[in-house]
Amino acid sequence: MPVEQLAVFLENKSGRLAEITKVIADSGVNIRAMSVADTADYGILRLIVDQVATARAALKENGFTVSAADVLAVEVPDRVGGLARILKIIEEAGLNVEYMYAFVNKSGDSAVMIFRFEQMEAAIAALQKAGCHLLSGDEVCGM
Amino acid sequence: MYWQKDFECMPEADIRALQLNRLQKTLERVATHVPFYRNAFTAGKIDVKAVKSLDDIRRFPFTCKQDLRNNYPYGLFAVPLREVVRVHSSSGTTGIATVVGYTRNDIVTWSDLVARLLCGAGVTADDMVQIAFGYGLFTGGFGLHYGCERLGASVIPISSGNTRRQIQIMQDFKTTALVCTPSYALKLADVMMDMGINPNGLSLRVGLFGGEPWSEAMRQELNQRLGIRATDNYGLSEVMGPGVAWECEECNGQHINEDHFLVELLHPETLQPVAPGEIGELVITTLTREAFPVIRYRSRDLARLLPEPCSCGRTFRRITRLLGRSDDMLIIKGVNVFPTQIESTLFAVDGTEPHYRLIVDRENNEDKLTVMVEVNESIFSDSMKTQKALIDTIKERLASDLGVGVTVKLVEEKTLERFDGKASVVIDNRKF
Repeated sequence: MPVEQLAVFLENKSGRLAEITKVIADSGVNIRAMSVADTADYGILRLIVDQVATARAALKENGFTVSAADVLAVEVPDRVGGLARILKIIEEAGLNVEYMYAFVNKSGDSAVMIFRFEQMEAAIAALQKAGCHLLSGDEVCGM
Repeated sequence: MYWQKDFECMPEADIRALQLNRLQKTLERVATHVPFYRNAFTAGKIDVKAVKSLDDIRRFPFTCKQDLRNNYPYGLFAVPLREVVRVHSSSGTTGIATVVGYTRNDIVTWSDLVARLLCGAGVTADDMVQIAFGYGLFTGGFGLHYGCERLGASVIPISSGNTRRQIQIMQDFKTTALVCTPSYALKLADVMMDMGINPNGLSLRVGLFGGEPWSEAMRQELNQRLGIRATDNYGLSEVMGPGVAWECEECNGQHINEDHFLVELLHPETLQPVAPGEIGELVITTLTREAFPVIRYRSRDLARLLPEPCSCGRTFRRITRLLGRSDDMLIIKGVNVFPTQIESTLFAVDGTEPHYRLIVDRENNEDKLTVMVEVNESIFSDSMKTQKALIDTIKERLASDLGVGVTVKLVEEKTLERFDGKASVVIDNRKF
């Protein structure tokens, strides 16, 4: 059920993000979602793409440091309180969200949020038990 | 003003005769009591009894910092430990420190040699001396402390740190002489300004600075901003500590205590004597040390000899201020730091490759050491928490291994230039 996410190390200098997106574009890969966590000195770019292996190889070839991690793509009903309900489930299950960010595209009538948990298995169990829809890698690529 | 005029103004020929006599005794003593030297002399087929002139020292092998480490802690002591009344240890280590010992006589000699430097700078029994050098294993604090007491000056043993308190005490206790590193003296001047204290309203009149290289421009700035006469002095723990060489009131070069040290100036690569006035590495042989005599110690400090006589009347030859190092050692806030130490610390952090660059800056008169480390897959995490924790780990280990705080910056892989020589991994932006 987890979706594979790529993370790229970025020094805080101008043009780096543009270079990364160009490398990905040149390899024919489509970016589905992204977020940047940054400090004064460096940033961590997280990406959901439609062809993980291709993007990873292209980035490495261009000298970027890349790591892959499993994340969950959770469907969030697109209405008031949709996200609050999901977060309540997570809280009640005693799970820690390492970070989260939103998808650009919608899945039907729902928004999609990416979650990174420390305890992946427990998170899957809790969310599924509460009736949340977790998107598969194929579903994410097909969006 | 002299402390031991009979020695400080001794005719040149007498100094050389005294040096030779003391050298012969020292060589015989180490050959008898220190296996390291005995073995080295035997291996080189050198007969200590055949030493007939000071130039004969050139037949003897050098002693390096690594030799001191190899014999850690007491291997090079020339007396039984029961005769040792004090040990000191060098600041800045690569895992193994160097340890030096002092007998009761060594402490008396050291005190006298420091009293000479204090006298040379114009300090008297009427002075109130604030010692802002660290007290502890570092020789700076205790060296100056004993010299002041020997001279009869009043000591404020405040040690290093806590700048505002230093200034408060300087004001309240009416400090007349300040002992610290020159960069710390500038920091004191800055903080005084922040505190709205006019240095001219203080009783300060003389500064005794050492422990790191500094420039004539910095001296002028210190003189002007603190209203003092700033003097330079030189020493290293391996041969004694402060008091090896020091400036007299002329403030033009540092007189070597030649009755206690035989100093050669050698080309750092050929190890041949440099022409008079040329830059060379100071290679020092102790002439009177009992607990820890050292033969031809390679200090790695660079200076020039000033052959012409000094107008102060002292006959001891002078060296210039320190002009640099013949190795890649850095002096950060008075602490000796070797790039190789940083490498071994980085190696010890899981997954870190030792691709790094050191940047040294001086901000607000304080040294700042930044270590740039290349990221790689095994230390990169998509989690900010994990990434920060790794940087903190590197930072803490470096600070604890080096004895000086550092800033750690992660940079992208393969963006730091590769060098063959380790020295070039350092970018020192400080101006001396």
